[in-house]
Amino acid sequence: MQKQIEDIYRHESRRVFATLVRLLRDFDLAEDALQEAFTAAMQQWPRDGLPHNPRAWLVSAARFKAIDRLRREARLDSLEDLEQEPAAPPEKEQEAIADDQLRLIFTCCHPALAPELQIALTLREICGLTTEAIASAFLITPTTMAQRLVRGKAKIRNAGIPYEVPGQKHLGERLKAVLTVIYLVFNEGHHASSGASLDRPDLAQEAIRLARLLLELLPHAEVRGLLALMLLHHARRATRISPEGDLLLLEEQDRALWDHSMIREGQSLLESALITRQFGAFSVQAAIAAVHAEAPTADATDWPQIVALYDVLLRLAPSPIVELNRAVAVAMRDGPQTGLELVDSLLGRGDLRQYHLAHAAKADLHRRLRQYPEAHGAYKEALHLAQQQVEIRFLQKRLDEIKAKLSRH
Amino acid sequence: MKYMMLIYSDESIWTESERAKCMAESVDLCHQLNGEGKYLSASPLHYVETATSVRVRDGKALVTDGPFAETREQLGGYYLVDAANLDEAIDIASRIPGARMGTVEIRPIFELDNLPVVKK
Repeated sequence: MQKQIEDIYRHESRRVFATLVRLLRDFDLAEDALQEAFTAAMQQWPRDGLPHNPRAWLVSAARFKAIDRLRREARLDSLEDLEQEPAAPPEKEQEAIADDQLRLIFTCCHPALAPELQIALTLREICGLTTEAIASAFLITPTTMAQRLVRGKAKIRNAGIPYEVPGQKHLGERLKAVLTVIYLVFNEGHHASSGASLDRPDLAQEAIRLARLLLELLPHAEVRGLLALMLLHHARRATRISPEGDLLLLEEQDRALWDHSMIREGQSLLESALITRQFGAFSVQAAIAAVHAEAPTADATDWPQIVALYDVLLRLAPSPIVELNRAVAVAMRDGPQTGLELVDSLLGRGDLRQYHLAHAAKADLHRRLRQYPEAHGAYKEALHLAQQQVEIRFLQKRLDEIKAKLSRH
Repeated sequence: MKYMMLIYSDESIWTESERAKCMAESVDLCHQLNGEGKYLSASPLHYVETATSVRVRDGKALVTDGPFAETREQLGGYYLVDAANLDEAIDIASRIPGARMGTVEIRPIFELDNLPVVKK
């Protein structure tokens, strides 16, 4: 029974929470009521047996706990609202719960909340990670993370951020904000992989789970596209870092070790997104990742196709970073000299001057052209700007190689 | 919920005709909002050069010319509206003509229940 209750807690607690937020219109009250309802379940279920519908039992128990508390605290206005809120009829219950979760996602990812608040709230309230776990994932103290969550919940309450799925007029834009939060969580997990330890949650995995949940609730093309993108990247996770902890480039990775069933799932999701013609930037990025995933060897990569996809991406979501990636793809298609001209003109515009990967790309192109003094200068610049340990080690290794070549000449 | 919408913009970029047009459109908007039951109050403000700042220190009022802080954008007017939630407030803010030239800051009103009611 203990084990059963734990399973129910793991699977149902965030769903019950989402429904409670709708009923109670207060995150903290909902969280407390949820915990009290589970405490009651721990006492009653072993004695009376598992209820027919544990989720409905929990919602109902939590609602009564909340009514008790509001009565004790004499919060009469909230009490009146709560008693008037009708419970969903049983046949609509499944649907109502899905709607509640979707509402909660849109609330936590509301653009009126700063991005770091959106991420914190999403991981806490939807994924159900503990404050300590989120803090360790972002390498900040639990106190700082707790303050962030308090600030987020206060803004939701005081600014009147609605608990609603946005109407058709704003849905596209707001969905983009939700997808961006999920992708930020994924990237954080992806980059942090070297520092991962047992007590640090796997954020990449968490982001994939979130996207799957969102897809269930809102089967939109871009949701498929984002999930495909993350799966196609995640399929390569085992080969991104060498056993010595060094960063391995795409061309150095052992393709046999990629997770091919994950790649296949990504590909089929991507196809179903592209077929709708309603796709956006995430689907195009997934298409680029798919071209890499499909190439049997690095040399056999379809670079013209990748450049063409970057052109599409630039139209959908113009950014200097996309231009940089396109320039690197052009270098692979037309040779390093052409790519270098593009990178130099991008750096000349100034947007990317503080971006280490722009200097790393420039350095690599000079290296391939055997222009070692220029490569040396660009690697030094990249190193100076890089923050992550794996990247610093990679750049240092390259710089040392260039130094060795220069001393021989 | 009640929301205060504070309209900030760089006063120097407005031409006289733009200002006049903005005011006319704002009056229209207030009538529309009133029809929707969302209007509480609104007004443009005179140029920031008409501002006077008062600070009371040690019981004495210090009066100075101009605003307290020098910023690029100045407060040029406000709307006080009644909206169901922040999304509705954002929709209203997007209709404010001043939003096209400057920034509309939406602030939820902190409601006190013991304030006096204005006698008409």
